[in-house]
Amino acid sequence: MPQDGPEAMEQNIILTIRDLQILARIEGQQDAAKPIVDGVSLELRRGEVLGLIGESGAGKSTIGLAALGYTRPGCVISGGSIVFDGVDLARLPVEEIRKFRGSRVAYIAQSAAASFNPARKLYDQVGEAPVRHGLMSWSEAKARSTELFRELDLPNPDTFGERYPHEVSGGQLQRAMAAMAMSCRPEILVLDEPTTALDVTTQIEVLASLKKLIREHHTAGLYITHDLAVVAQIADRIMVLRHGKMVEEGPAGDILHRPQQEYTRMLVSVRAAETSAPLPPPRHRAAGTPVLALDHVSASYRSLVKVINDVSLTIARGETVAVVGESGSGKSTLARVICGLLPPESGTIAFTGEPLPKALRQRSRDQLRRIQMVYQMPDVALNPRQTIGEILGRPVSFYFGSSGSDVRARVKELLEMVDLPADFAKRRPGELSGGQKQRVSIARAIAAKPELMICDEVTSALDPLVADGILKLLQQIQDEMGLSYLFITHDLGVVRRVSDRVAVMLRGALVAEGPLAKVFSPPYHPYTELLLSSVPEMRLDWLEEVLARRAEIPRVAALSA
Amino acid sequence: MLALLARRLALGVLTILVTSVLIFAGTEVLPGDVATAILGRSATPESIESIRKAMGLHDPAPVRYVRWLTNFLQGDLGTSLANGRPIAQQIASRLGNTLFLASVAAAIAVPLSIILGVMAAIRANGLFDRAISVATLVAISFPEFFIAYVLIIIVAVNLGWFPSLASISPVMDLGDRLYVVALPALTLVMVVLAHMMRMTRASVIGVMSSPYIEMAVLKGLPGWRVVVQHALPNALAPIINVVALNLAYLIVGIIVVEVVFVYPGMGQLMVDAVAKRDVPVVQACGLIFAGTYVGLNMIADILAIFSNPRLRRPR
Repeated sequence: MPQDGPEAMEQNIILTIRDLQILARIEGQQDAAKPIVDGVSLELRRGEVLGLIGESGAGKSTIGLAALGYTRPGCVISGGSIVFDGVDLARLPVEEIRKFRGSRVAYIAQSAAASFNPARKLYDQVGEAPVRHGLMSWSEAKARSTELFRELDLPNPDTFGERYPHEVSGGQLQRAMAAMAMSCRPEILVLDEPTTALDVTTQIEVLASLKKLIREHHTAGLYITHDLAVVAQIADRIMVLRHGKMVEEGPAGDILHRPQQEYTRMLVSVRAAETSAPLPPPRHRAAGTPVLALDHVSASYRSLVKVINDVSLTIARGETVAVVGESGSGKSTLARVICGLLPPESGTIAFTGEPLPKALRQRSRDQLRRIQMVYQMPDVALNPRQTIGEILGRPVSFYFGSSGSDVRARVKELLEMVDLPADFAKRRPGELSGGQKQRVSIARAIAAKPELMICDEVTSALDPLVADGILKLLQQIQDEMGLSYLFITHDLGVVRRVSDRVAVMLRGALVAEGPLAKVFSPPYHPYTELLLSSVPEMRLDWLEEVLARRAEIPRVAALSA
Repeated sequence: MLALLARRLALGVLTILVTSVLIFAGTEVLPGDVATAILGRSATPESIESIRKAMGLHDPAPVRYVRWLTNFLQGDLGTSLANGRPIAQQIASRLGNTLFLASVAAAIAVPLSIILGVMAAIRANGLFDRAISVATLVAISFPEFFIAYVLIIIVAVNLGWFPSLASISPVMDLGDRLYVVALPALTLVMVVLAHMMRMTRASVIGVMSSPYIEMAVLKGLPGWRVVVQHALPNALAPIINVVALNLAYLIVGIIVVEVVFVYPGMGQLMVDAVAKRDVPVVQACGLIFAGTYVGLNMIADILAIFSNPRLRRPR
């Protein structure tokens, strides 16, 4: 790229956003609006990738969409300019903006599964933009799609497009979306968390494909993500956003290694701890009867597909056991089996030494009380029509028969335990933030005074800093109450932080099990090594290193297929 | 998918069987039987007895039911009590008339309602949407005969464009037939339009908040293409079902319109048969109507399966 003189630099600028101001209507209030993007400015040069990073509500997706002259329903651009190649998209009528969208500025969304039309074949959707913008005929668009499928290493590129979205895997669909965005050879790609919904082993492949694509086509990119390590692999510069405002901006290496602002430093240190924090020293394992003992448990759905295959696992009192694995490995099903929601076909489950009936309805109320569950999505796990007081009061009266003032006192105590103010009892879930809702879910579980708590991906829907708080809270509760945790997660950073023991699951079976320090140190089980090495690290050249290493040891890479 | 289709077909056949039992049982519990109905007031116990013997009325009900159903399936619908003619002959021309009127009404109403529904969805809550909503709701709120009489007064009497009596006969050519059924068909269109149009609108709007719609917008497609090519295919299943229900109504439920326009269709035949206590005709009509309902709904479900790639081509 010619980089001589300020004038050449000027010409290379493809997108300039100045003082962008976007307002969102507040639901239920007429004419009331709050800013979700507040005075953000940025510049993007041809072939350059700018990473936009921040927590949810930072406004990063809103800025990304604004680069296409688009705002979500209920939002409006109230100030500033979005100048693309000399044209201000903020001032252009919709019919004019349409000519830019898809053809010169293209969008890649987080969930390909949701962003592909389930009723139409991939060819129809990938080739649609160039045909509708009058750039190609259908047969040319088809040839172009096939060429992109091949470039993105999709299987059988010649016939791939004949399939429907539900007929290909998540990672393949995500790459097909990249092909869809590139079909018109756009000058700017907006990538909105394109790998967040994927498993780590798939993420690495998609990330490599995207990087190759952007470099080879010399496309400029706005890469939106909450994961600093991911953005560091692909972005030239990074902009940190918070509450719709810019916190700081700089070359990727500077943000990673020399962050200036306190907020950035926090993001960096929390993320770095996920992959580089030393493993905690093993805690003393309580002797005596384990709280939970699974013995050769197998289970399947409608006796067709075996989803749990001969799993044996014990959890001691006061211990945290993490079950890790990728989506579809059967880890959530294991939780359902332990809870009695899916009775196992063979094997036994013992709770504090006594056999536990297989099915939920055969278990006594006290047996139910002693195992509690916290779910991934606090939004849907809490009844939106009940107050927090009712939600927490229900297990108190159900399991302990308390009533009236006793329940209210206990609810207050529970709120205190999860660090929420007592007056939250009168509120409803809709008035709470994600992290607060998850605290309520935890309070609901401990209301039953359980001995085992199953935490199913409890932090994966939360921002890193909020998740950090939840993990600390769980630790604190365990110290106070001495209960055992079964942590189900795909997030190895979480495993590293909280667990005493780890069980690694692959296709329904445990491939490795033992104390954290043993499972997570060499010699690894090959699959554990694949998982561990796939978690992005906070180094600029991490992706290249891993790919080079994988090329040398194809055996390990083959496991991910 | 074959298993899914087979299950749906089996369910349809079962439904028709159950209905046929109900129809048979229903006419069975009515006081009197065919013998007394035929002989009327002049019956003597001996003559009734001899007719009963001749017609096999002494056989137990299940035997008679099976005989009735097997005959029916072979096309032998029995003989009318009122005039002694084979029912099949009588019904054939009436059914033809009913299907003709229903097809004309459907050919106008189905495409029109889907087009209007999609147009309303494109500009949801806009002027066109509100106007069309009010207009179709008004049409559906009036009783059918009222709409029919209003049309007769305006179109037939004042303007004189179409005849007020839909007297159709087998010798007419297609043009003449269309000419005479114009007003009843128009009445039916106004009655069924609102239901299908509102379902199309609601179903399309429901799909419009999906991420793949946002994606289509971000690809730079014009609004109508987003709706027609991306939203409509995913909104089809409920629309197909409502269309089927309305088609069934057009065949089965239009007795009032037939009476107003003196149109010789199935509805009139059945009402006449009930008035004359012509039980075999009532049974035959009942079973044909039930078959129409069940058959159309079954076709709708099968089409809905075909319209969904995930059901059509499961992994």
